[in-house]
Amino acid sequence: MVKQLLKSVREYKKVSIMTPLFVIGESVMEVLIPFFMADLLDKGITDGNMNYILKMGLILCISAVISLLFGALAGKFAADASAGFAKNLRKDMFYKVQQFSFSNIDKFSTSSLVTRMTTDVTNIQNSYQMILRIAVRAPSMMIFAMIMSFTVNAQLAWIFVACIPVLAVALFIIMKTANPIFQRVFRTYDKLNNVVQENLYGIRVVKSFVREEHEDEKFKNISDIIYKLFSKAEKTLMYNAPVMQFCVYGCIIGISWFGSNLIVGGSMTTGELMSMITYTMQILMSLMMLSMVLVMITMSKASGERIAEVLSEETDIKDNDNPVYEVKNGDISFENVNFSYAKDMNKLCLKDINFEIKSGETIGIIGGTGSSKSSLVQLIPRLYNATDGRVLVGGVDVKDYDLNALRDNVAMVLQKNVLFSGTIKENLRWGCKDASDEDLIRVCKLAQADDFIQRMPDKYDTYIEQGGTNVSGGQRQRLCIARALLKKPKILILDDSTSAVDTKTDALIRKAFAEEIPDTTKIIIAQRISSVQDADKIIVMDGGKINATGTHDELLKSNKIYQEVYRSQQKGSDGNA
Amino acid sequence: MPETKKNMPPKQSVKNPNKTIKRLLGYIGAYKGRFAIVLVCILLSALASVASSLFIQILIDDYITPLLKVDNPVFDGLLKLVLVMIAVFAIGIVATLVYNRIMVTISQGIQKKVRDDMFSHMQTLPIKYFDTHTHGDIMSRYTNDTDTLRQMLSQSIPQMFSSIITIVTVLCSMITLNIWLTLVVLAFVAFMVFITGKISQKSGKHFVAQQKDLGSVNGYIEEIMNGQKVVKVFCHEEEVKKEFDRRNESLFENAAKANSYANILMPIMGNLGNLQYVLLAIIGGVMALNGFGAVTLGTIAAFLQLSRSFTQPIGQIAQQMNSIIMALAGAERIFDLMDEESEKDDGYVTLVNVKYDSNDNLVETDENTQMWAWKHPHSDNTVTYTKLKGEIVMDGVDFGYNSDKIVLHDVSLYAKPGQKVAFVGATGAGKTTITNLINRFYDIDDGKIRYDGININKIKKTDLRRSLGIVLQDVHLFTGTVMDNIRYGKLSASDEECIAAAKLANAHDFITRLPDGYNTVITGDGGQLSQGQCQLISIARAAVADPPVMILDEATSSIDTRTEALVQKGMDGLMYGRTVFVIAHRLSTVQNSDVIMVLELGKIIERGTHEQLISQKGKYYQLYTGAFELS
Repeated sequence: MVKQLLKSVREYKKVSIMTPLFVIGESVMEVLIPFFMADLLDKGITDGNMNYILKMGLILCISAVISLLFGALAGKFAADASAGFAKNLRKDMFYKVQQFSFSNIDKFSTSSLVTRMTTDVTNIQNSYQMILRIAVRAPSMMIFAMIMSFTVNAQLAWIFVACIPVLAVALFIIMKTANPIFQRVFRTYDKLNNVVQENLYGIRVVKSFVREEHEDEKFKNISDIIYKLFSKAEKTLMYNAPVMQFCVYGCIIGISWFGSNLIVGGSMTTGELMSMITYTMQILMSLMMLSMVLVMITMSKASGERIAEVLSEETDIKDNDNPVYEVKNGDISFENVNFSYAKDMNKLCLKDINFEIKSGETIGIIGGTGSSKSSLVQLIPRLYNATDGRVLVGGVDVKDYDLNALRDNVAMVLQKNVLFSGTIKENLRWGCKDASDEDLIRVCKLAQADDFIQRMPDKYDTYIEQGGTNVSGGQRQRLCIARALLKKPKILILDDSTSAVDTKTDALIRKAFAEEIPDTTKIIIAQRISSVQDADKIIVMDGGKINATGTHDELLKSNKIYQEVYRSQQKGSDGNA
Repeated sequence: MPETKKNMPPKQSVKNPNKTIKRLLGYIGAYKGRFAIVLVCILLSALASVASSLFIQILIDDYITPLLKVDNPVFDGLLKLVLVMIAVFAIGIVATLVYNRIMVTISQGIQKKVRDDMFSHMQTLPIKYFDTHTHGDIMSRYTNDTDTLRQMLSQSIPQMFSSIITIVTVLCSMITLNIWLTLVVLAFVAFMVFITGKISQKSGKHFVAQQKDLGSVNGYIEEIMNGQKVVKVFCHEEEVKKEFDRRNESLFENAAKANSYANILMPIMGNLGNLQYVLLAIIGGVMALNGFGAVTLGTIAAFLQLSRSFTQPIGQIAQQMNSIIMALAGAERIFDLMDEESEKDDGYVTLVNVKYDSNDNLVETDENTQMWAWKHPHSDNTVTYTKLKGEIVMDGVDFGYNSDKIVLHDVSLYAKPGQKVAFVGATGAGKTTITNLINRFYDIDDGKIRYDGININKIKKTDLRRSLGIVLQDVHLFTGTVMDNIRYGKLSASDEECIAAAKLANAHDFITRLPDGYNTVITGDGGQLSQGQCQLISIARAAVADPPVMILDEATSSIDTRTEALVQKGMDGLMYGRTVFVIAHRLSTVQNSDVIMVLELGKIIERGTHEQLISQKGKYYQLYTGAFELS
């Protein structure tokens, strides 16, 4: 996991290495400075030697400036390194997702991908900075302070050498006990947030079923668990402070007592006693910091794992080595195709599909909820790989095409379609980057979108909000169709793309298709019989299999499902139509 | 619809700190006694820590130095001092232990109380509140804001208090030692505060920019991830990468700068402290050698030590100030939510179970009689019972979500018990609005709505809503099993009742095919089910509630027409003799309604049965025949 993540450091490797170096430099200075201070006190002040005071003062000033310089540079490099690392991680994940196939996308849900690229990256950024600075600083401080204290007075140094394992063991036990409780706290927090979120989305459901108290109780139960767990964790963690104080005070007493004996005995100076106490503080504080950093790192481990999961995901749809770049025509043929999302032959969504479509034909597909209509057409632009059998476009297996070439020629309007924030023009130009304004108007006329766009205040420059919330469902669908048309595709697939468009407009769109793009193969998935009844061929899907194929009249005569669907939509209208 | 604004930076300013602090004190008030103990313990703990630095000084000046001058040193006095210090330290440690422990209880308790209060209050807020606030904005009050509040209570306040105590004690000791040197220290501290202020300002500016960029990057990630399949279909990967890089780069620059400034603050503070040490040594040295201001070498030594204990807590306060301001801003946002006005409910007419007594009068009963009545208390203390029939009358209703934009104009309608009433019209015509008024999600501006002859304003909201079953177009399921979700309609329903409802909604078949059948756990708003399947479950959920009036708002829009016909058949059986409101896009869904209302721009423009409307050759006729125009 760590290895996978570190690959994203790249151009920030230099600052990532510089940071600890400067941190080490800074901690050396921080250990030296009390030593100089003690010297100044002993030889300068105590003896009243002004020259010595000035000399040591100068040395101290220089040391302070150097220490400041090291500290500031370390701080800056650490910030650059961690922000840069975060930038690269986000970028690598984003780029990786761009390579994902549909089945890769299905595997991670949208919201989990968003969390991974946002919250998880921020966690890693903080930990990385922490590791570069404090995780280096603490041990180096400890080592240098230890060296110095042994230089100053080896006998006294043994006092806190004895103290360190005591503190280390105590901290370790505290962390070890608290950590799993904290993990549970965070998991419970997820549950709590989930309840709040569900209540926000479903507030109308809660209110219309009068379930406010029920939800309140649900929330309080979880809130209670958090309270108990969190209190337990914090009550364990809070032993840190007194334990720390115990060690510090213990060392001070010990050093003072034995130190005064040494001073009186003449083998130590008062200044040295002062610096010994400073070193004690530095060493014990470092130990404390180190234990905190360890906790932070373990907490961000989960984030790291989630990021690594995205980065190491294998894209399952790849270009062929010698791809075909030209799609000759809009012929489509399915040869014994089986398909399963799970790639499991026992869980097939599509079973034994065989059919042929000639270039320029209009094909209707009809079938109940869950009859795999969408799965069927998604194999054509190779959004998923057929599990078994072959799908051919223009006489060539889709697996042999260059993906971009294939998808540029097979335009698909998805069922769950999305507009992006930006003007209408910008949205349409997704279909073709350098389309002229005339082109835009032409396809919008085809998709029956020109009328309502012209009525908007800023016409084609109207700003679409994220997700297209400021246009109605029917308008959104027509814009999506126009966008797909702009690709001038050889095959156009509409996956239930006119469900929110009224029947009259729907008919006009189909009429325009027939007249303006007669050579394009059109595949229309619809719920409404009226949307498909004038198609050259209608495929009736049922339970992942082709139930029947034929024209409207043929199916109406012979196919039971088709008849039922027809009747469910025409009930009571026979006498009036 | 994904949340667009949840990654926006939180507001950092505190509008009314005094009021917020007062309210927080109110929460702390519940722990008055314990909080007093905490304050005393912090005082003891801080004094012990100041004592530790003074101790060294006394040790050196009063014991070691004199002992150096005698030939046969006696350690008795020193031993006594050490023993006293051990006692002081012991008290300090115990005090630290005690206040930390109590503080955990207090901060956790307050956090829980604030969180629970907030959620309880949120449940009482009107729908309008949820319309005007983004989910992300509300969510962050439960996550970030309560957490910064807890941190402030458990860490910032004790540290702040202990820092102040330390500063005051050290300052006093310094003044008694030497006033001139104290002034030097104070001047230097003022300089330090000035410098840190400057740096915090710079870093603050970049932190704001960083938050803004973070919002922009997160928003873009969210938008693209939601439309990732469209990106693939249009081979638009390279373009989105470019845009992403642009935003990501800007975030990096501000993040790096903001953190740089924050990171160099500590080295600057620390080394300014070092410079101060040198400065004091030189000034003190000069003063001592020239005999100015009664400075002795001992005082300088003591002063040097004290000055270090003085600057440290000042740095800590500077650090804590930031988190305190952030916590107060968060607390203010929490209190803002709690101050939102609850949904008003002046209703006094309630829904009760009734039965006929031997005289054929309606009497209230605790039994579940499947017969309901409106209990209507009058001002003269008499109570009348009106049998629940499901008759809804709207009379000249005007309504607008905002006062400046009227959505419904003069809408009148009459739904007899047992009728199926349909609303047809374009998006935005006001169909859903009408149903939102019946259950009083919103209150009307003018006109009257009567339920079984009672003005709905007189009916208690919870009872009104309990009598109405609603199935919405956007299905919201809750985390839990399929069975739990169906039971949501009636918490006391048995498994058999739930399964019967599922069969009615035509959901039984697909539920039994799920991996764990009715015990399959649904997460993330039914993510693993298709939209149509979610709709079927939500219909079952409404069916199990068995309400006298049912509102179906595009309830079958994602279900194919054949299944829909089956569902409708089941529902017709259930709703026989009850009032049903249907909103649908597909005309086939509404054809067999008793009355169809055609809405346009908030007005009912046509009404009648299917046959009547067809023969009228109006808007409905146009809509209906649209399907056949080109055939």
